[in-house]
This record gives sequence, structure tokens and C-alpha cells, in this order.
Amino acid sequence: MTHVLEPDALPGATPAVHAPLPPYDDVTRSDAAFRAFLHGLPGVDQVGAEARAAQLGTRSIKTTSKAWAIDTAISMVDLTTLEGADTPGKVRSLAAKARQPDPSDPSCPQVAAVCVYGDLAGAAREALAGTGIHVAAVATAFPSGRASRAVKIADVRDAVENGADEIDMVIDRGAFLTGRYLDVYEEIVAVKEACEGAHLKVILETGELKTLDNVRRASWIAMLAGGDFIKTSTGKISPAATLPVGLVMLEAVRDFRIATGRQVGFKPAGGIRTTKDAVKHLVMINETAGPDWLDPDWFRFGASSLLNDLLLQRQKLRTGHYSGPDYVTVD
Amino acid sequence: MSTSTPPSPARPVFEYAPAPESRSIVSIAPSYGLFVDGEFVDGTGEPFKTVNPATEEVLTEVSAASEADVDRAVRAARRAFEKTWGPMRPADRGKYLFRIARLLQERAREFAVLESLDNGKPIRESRDVDVPLAAAHFFYHAGWADKLEHAGLGPAPKPLGVAGQVIPWNFPLLMLAWKVAPALATGNTVVLKPAETTPLTALLFAEVCRQADLPAGVVNIVTGAGDTGRAVVEHGDVDKVAFTGSTEVGRSIARAVAGTAKKLTLELGGKAANIVFDDAPIDQAVEGIVQGIFFNQGHVCCAGSRLLVQESIHDEVIASLQRRIGTLRVGDPLDKNTDIGAINSAEQLARIRELSDIGEAEGAQRWQPACDLPAKGYWFPPTVFTDVSPAHRIARDEVFGPVLSVLTFRTPDEAVAKANNSTYGLSAGIWSEKGSRILKIADQLRAGVVWANTFNKFDPTSPFGGYKQSGYGREGGRHGLAAYLKGNDQ
Repeated sequence: MTHVLEPDALPGATPAVHAPLPPYDDVTRSDAAFRAFLHGLPGVDQVGAEARAAQLGTRSIKTTSKAWAIDTAISMVDLTTLEGADTPGKVRSLAAKARQPDPSDPSCPQVAAVCVYGDLAGAAREALAGTGIHVAAVATAFPSGRASRAVKIADVRDAVENGADEIDMVIDRGAFLTGRYLDVYEEIVAVKEACEGAHLKVILETGELKTLDNVRRASWIAMLAGGDFIKTSTGKISPAATLPVGLVMLEAVRDFRIATGRQVGFKPAGGIRTTKDAVKHLVMINETAGPDWLDPDWFRFGASSLLNDLLLQRQKLRTGHYSGPDYVTVD
Repeated sequence: MSTSTPPSPARPVFEYAPAPESRSIVSIAPSYGLFVDGEFVDGTGEPFKTVNPATEEVLTEVSAASEADVDRAVRAARRAFEKTWGPMRPADRGKYLFRIARLLQERAREFAVLESLDNGKPIRESRDVDVPLAAAHFFYHAGWADKLEHAGLGPAPKPLGVAGQVIPWNFPLLMLAWKVAPALATGNTVVLKPAETTPLTALLFAEVCRQADLPAGVVNIVTGAGDTGRAVVEHGDVDKVAFTGSTEVGRSIARAVAGTAKKLTLELGGKAANIVFDDAPIDQAVEGIVQGIFFNQGHVCCAGSRLLVQESIHDEVIASLQRRIGTLRVGDPLDKNTDIGAINSAEQLARIRELSDIGEAEGAQRWQPACDLPAKGYWFPPTVFTDVSPAHRIARDEVFGPVLSVLTFRTPDEAVAKANNSTYGLSAGIWSEKGSRILKIADQLRAGVVWANTFNKFDPTSPFGGYKQSGYGREGGRHGLAAYLKGNDQ
């Protein structure tokens, strides 16, 4: 691996690796042991997982439960802008929308967080002061993650210093796909330490992992390494948050809590654009991980266009008729 | 999320509001006659009522066919066989079948709602399984109608004549399709008796036959109870008997047909083993166990009613299974979110209760989730028995309800021995991520259908039928055609 920065240039860039929670405290003792553990997790039958996800998608959510689902979904949105063209002005505009998604209806809940690149975390922090809305920043050479560990750690530190209280990191998919699971694990541990108090969401980029077996293994690596959330995608790779992938990750957080007592959150990101998609995810959480995850502390939608569709559907329920794109604000 | 946020307010639970499918799409007449020779006619037997098992509401009154009525129906079928349907160009017979298939699709919602009303099954299943599969059977067999000489069943296969068919109440329309589609495609005509508790979709199908301009007498539907069925089976001018139902009735039919020239296929009971190995995809296996035993309230002859789980993963699988069963929604069959509907009749409910009580008395542990059952109608909660031994009656007798018996095994040999230790042999399931194991075990199981990493999947191209007391003959696929053609005794 070649990199510009000397590892020594940043003190503490390679922190000691902490052992995972019992009963898994010995699985990371060696590459071989970790590999044996991850490959010993029950397999995922892709056909069966897809069928189950499709079946959950046929639930019919109407009237009062639809209203509840829409408000809950709004309160779970990580309103996101991750463009090269982002500016402090764009971030302030997004923050205003996060505080008051529907200017015509003050009863509309605010979103959970605003998600930006690390250099704009300060602008977001300022614009969201006093709202309780979190500032999430992507880091670790997002979205590819192709940089040295020292650079990634520096990226995280920078975002935290700028005021991010949630860090969305990407795993090293290259290392994962070549079977260097311990490298992936150690990097997450290092990033977690660099986060200090900030919560860590670990992006698996499932569109690059391809198989559901890989999704399950990567989920376990992230949870064992201390990730607070596991997240499907960067939004830069297609497919992103599909229902079968979400199903497998929800099974992972469910099983992890049963085994260790620690609850890990889940965030699907990318590709969720409609209220219907959002409701399908809520149904899937409800019937897979359980109602404990139906809370912005444990579930987020990484999305940008989703919010406006939720608002349109909310207005429809309130007024009885559909309005149109001019009745919600452009970001 | 961080400590600075105010505590979240008390979290409301995600309750699903009722989402009922409207029943206004079906109009049920106050009374129904028989469908004989292309006309609806009154039967001369004692009429009977059919009820909605979810509410005990009487839906309508249906004519019962007497022996004389059945005779008229068989004569009509014979005439149609000799004068219209038999001599017809096979491609034209196919055209009628395609037309029926399309009409089933066009009227799918009507059939689904009516099926759920009369049978008690959830609308999700009648809408997504029963009706689409029934249409698929007609499409599939329509394709065969003019290609029979290429089916590998002889150079010029000939139809048998008049088929007498008796079908059960668990999949009323689908079983009709399994019987009528191959019979018609091979050039036979039929007299079909639907089950006493579920005659309505068969009568709606009669309407579809008229809508399709199917020549009179090709399909005749005679409603009634056991006596009507007996009259169909024992009629001297019937060339072929096809029966799906209980092993007990199947046995008496075999006796009645013995010594005659009638060709017979029987699709009877089952007590399928669903085998879960320790290398199974556990989450999907749990899903398959649920699908295997709770699909259609367990009113499925091929239901995976015996779960054979490897001892090393028993506790994990049972815990997962119980958690999953806790999310099943039992109630109004017309609600689109219902997973488990009503038991079809008071009589069947009594049998399920009796066998469950025996299971408990014999020492098995009964587990049922907390669930509120409606006050009216026939209901039984999803039930799991653990600590079941192969000697227990709930491990041997067909319950035909939402009752799962869990047994364990230690080695593949023991799994095969226990799976085959049944008087039935209709279906089985294998769950393992190891392909070589699946193939080896499948080869050793004495069951007509073996599913691998799935359960209760049906397709018209795939033959279905049993070993031992599960019956004989096959329905579906190329093998199913043989049952309706001369000179192809299996």
C-alpha cells in the first residue's frame, strides 16, 4: 500500500484493537479464527430472502397506520446532500428544511439529521443549533474508501472537529472481497476511536459486496467492531438499499442483540424515493428486528428526494387530495 | 441518539389498520343449481347451505345432486364427448382452454374474494396463489391440447371419455383446475363434484365456461355431499375417476372402482417431513417451516407437518420459529394483512382440537402465541408441539390444521429413517446449504415431491402425487396428461 502521509504524522492513527463483546471476544484473535467465525454464520438463501422481502412488501398500510408511518418516517430521515457542488448556502437551505419540512403545517415533525461532507459539518452545525437535529458527516475517503488509513482517520477527526455528531464511514470493500476481514475490522475500530463521542454508522456498500452472504458477514464485522449503526450504501453505487439487503441486515442487528445484549441501528440509504418504499421498510423492521427499532435512535433513512414524497402523501392524508411538486419545497 | 437529545416520547407500536378487500365485487345469489349440459338446473336432492367459516354467516343455499341428476350429467358429458369435444380439432380445444385461462385472470379478484368467503383462507393467498395458479394450469394445458402426440405418450394418444372428478375443500378452485384442465386438454369431458363446504367458486367457474362458449356438456358440475360423490364415482358410464381428499374416502373409492374398467388416480393425505440440517440457511428455513405448515391454515395435503430438526440447532431454530410465529396475523380472511384465516368447518376444527389434545396427553409440549381469535367462526391458533416422538399420534396422523410437530435427529441417516417412517409419502422438504447433501437425501426420501430450501411451491409443469397411502397417479406436467389418455397406465 502506498500513501503520502506517514502513519506517524498523526498521533494515535493506529490505535490498539479492542476485543468484541462477549461471547465473541475471541473471534478476532487471528485472521483464520475470524474467517472461520464469519463463514460459520448461517448462510443466506437468496431466493428465500427475496421471497420474504417481497411478501413483506405486500402488507397494506392504510388510514391511521399510514399517517403514523409517514410521520415516523419523516422523523427518521437523514436529509442528505453529497454533491461536489455543495456550498454552505446549500447546507443552510437544507438545514432550514430539516427543521420545518412542511412550511404549511407546523405539526409536521422535523427530520433526524442532516448528512453532509465533513468540510460542511460546521455550516450544518451552525444552522441546526438548538434544534436537536443531528449533524452527520461522511468520512473515510467517502465514497470509495480508497485512501490510506491515516488519511481516513484524519478525515474523521476533521469532520468531528467541524461539529459532526454522527460519522458515516465506508468499509474497505477491497479488503473485504479479498478476504482480509481482520483489516476491515481493525479499520472500523480505529475509526470508532477517532470518532470520540460521535456515533459511528458503518457503510457496507452492499452494491459492491453482491451476495447476501457477504452482506451478513460485513454486518457482523461492523457490529463486532463497535459500529453504532450499519448502513447499506453510499448512494453512489447502484443497486443501493434493496429490501432483501435490508432484510438480511435487520436479521443481523436482531441476532446481534440477542447474542450480546447490544442494540445496533440500521440505515438503508440510496434508492428509497417514495413513501411506499419507506413504509415497506418500516413494515420490514416491525416484523424482522421488532418495534424496538422503530425509532430515529435505531433506524434512519438516508435520502434526499424521499422527504418531499412523504410530505406530499402527508398533505394528501390531511386534505384528501393530491397537490403537486410546487406544494413542497425544492432543496 | 447522543446524550444531548431529549428522550424520545413513548413509542407507539406500529399497528396495522384494517385493510379489508371489498366483497362488493362478488354477487352471491340466494340459491344455486347444478351445472348440467351447459345450463343451471335445480337438483332433486336435499339442498344444503354453505357458510362463511370466518363468521358462520350463511352465504347461500346450494342444490344437491341426486343419483338421477348425476346420471343426467354423465349422459350430457358422454354426448359432448361423442358429438362435440371428442371430434373437435385439438387446436380448437386449446383455444377454449386459453379463453378460460384468460377469463380466470380477468375475473381474478372476484374468484379470490369468493374463495376467501367460502373457504376462510386469507385473501393474500387466494389472490397471490390459488387464482393465479389455477389460471396457470389452464394456460399450461391449453398449450398441450394440440401437441399430445409429442408428449412421449404414444404416437396418437386417445382420450378416455368421461371423467368423474371429486375435489376437496382446501383449494376449491385450484383443485378444480388441476382436474379439469388436463382432462379437457386431452379430449375428455368431465363431471366434477366440488366439496360440500366450498361449492361457490366451482359454480362461478361454470359461469366462466358459459362465458367462454364452451360447448354444452363438456364441463358439468354437480354439488352435494358424500352421496353425490359416490354417485359420480360409481356411475357405470364414467371411464376415469380422479379424486383428491382423505385417505379414508380414497380407500372406499378404490374399492368401488376395483374390478371395473375405470382408470383411477388418487391424491390423498400426507404427513410431510421438513428436514432442517445444521448447515441450513436458518432464517429462510424458519420462513419455509412457517410456509410449510401455516400456509392455508395447514389445510394442505402436502403440508410440512413434521419438522425434523438436527439436535445441535434445535433450540436456536425453535426460538426463531416462535418469534416468527408471533408476527403472524390471525383473523379476517378478507383483510389484506391476514396471514392465517379461518378453519374451514366446525367438523375440521373439532378434529384439530381432538388431535392437539391427544398430543398434549401423550406428553408433547404445546406452544401457541398470544393471539386474539374472533368470537364467531371457526378458529385455531398456530400451534407448535415440541418433544414429539415418532410414536405420538401427532407425529403419525394427518391433522390438516395449523399444528406443527417437532422431532429431532442426529445424523442424516436418522433423518431419512424418521422422514420415511410414515404411512404417507406425498412430499418432503430439505434445508441445507450443501448441494451434494440435498441431492443424496432427496434420492432416499420416499415422497412424491421433495422441495429443497423451499416448501409448498407449485407449478403446472411439475408432476404432483404420492407414494404409499398418499395415493397414486400424478397431476401436472407430462405425467399428469398420461392419467387422462388411453394406454398409459402408470
